[in-house]
Amino acid sequence: MHIAEGFLPPAHAAAWGVASAPFVLHGVRSLTREVREHPESTLLLGASGAFTFVLSALKLPSVTGSCSHPTGTGLGAILFRPPVMAVLGTITLLFQALLLAHGGLTTLGANVFSMAIAGPWAGYAVYRLLRRYDVPLMVAVFSAAFVADLSTYCVTSVQLALAFPDPGSGFLGALGKFGSIFAVTQIPLAVSEGLLTVLVMRLLVQSSKGELTRLGVLLAGKQSRSETEEVAR
Amino acid sequence: MSRNTKINLLLLLAVAALAVLPLVLGLGDHKKEPFTGSDGEAETAITEIEPDYKPWFSPLYEPPSGEIESALFSLQAALGSGVLAYYFGLRRGRRQGERRALERDRGSGNPAGGTAGESTGEGA
Repeated sequence: MHIAEGFLPPAHAAAWGVASAPFVLHGVRSLTREVREHPESTLLLGASGAFTFVLSALKLPSVTGSCSHPTGTGLGAILFRPPVMAVLGTITLLFQALLLAHGGLTTLGANVFSMAIAGPWAGYAVYRLLRRYDVPLMVAVFSAAFVADLSTYCVTSVQLALAFPDPGSGFLGALGKFGSIFAVTQIPLAVSEGLLTVLVMRLLVQSSKGELTRLGVLLAGKQSRSETEEVAR
Repeated sequence: MSRNTKINLLLLLAVAALAVLPLVLGLGDHKKEPFTGSDGEAETAITEIEPDYKPWFSPLYEPPSGEIESALFSLQAALGSGVLAYYFGLRRGRRQGERRALERDRGSGNPAGGTAGESTGEGA
């Protein structure tokens, strides 16, 4: 999903930067508030950022015969809500842009929008929706991570198609082209990301019950108790 | 091995299988260069759609070779997994410490009743 340095026309690069900036600023505020009010959650925040760090460094082969990487943003979005993830995702993207020449500073706004804003929000929305209808926690976690991952790559495809519409078939033609490169490749990787996020959430349920209850992932009620018991057994 | 550990191992196994299967099944064989990055393929697609497009900015720093680049990618993964491992190790240690303190508080009067219930979560 990394749009390479200089590969978005200046107007597009600037527009995505302007679109992303308020989300990241708001995220910085939520993050500092979270740390100030709940210093004990700093460790778990670090772990959520670390998860994104690991997963976005893992380039995995896919069914299309090309390689891509997961995003790891679903977990943090579920735990700390998407604004916090906007910051953690931006840090990851900055690291890759500055040290790895992966992504770029001019395309940072667009990449932040897809990976650190759109993905986390889409995943979080799915998570909340499923939880409202009493879908089991781990099913909701898997779906959220899957959607956060896949939607990131769909947004990247839209961004590129907007900037480079096909001369013959226009925006939709280009969307098909970029979509087949990104979105199709990403489907099995999104499954992997879903499974890994479930794994980490299971470990968290075992190790950090109090924290998860405070964050509202586990309810203090009866239903969640049966869920934790099932996992903790 | 507890049922819990088995499920966790199965999850890891499924992820490994998803990563290895495309390689084993030779799904990249139809390509001139199999298993290149999708980011790079998108760059190629851009130049196909707009052959005249020239990137107007270049990275401030570029790893001088593929080796350095993969070293930096491993560094990224290592940093992340290090923090994750620290987190879970710390939590596990704390839980064990709490459990031990709890057992000590209950005293030597009824050690069997105290440990039997607690040790069920141990296999994590």
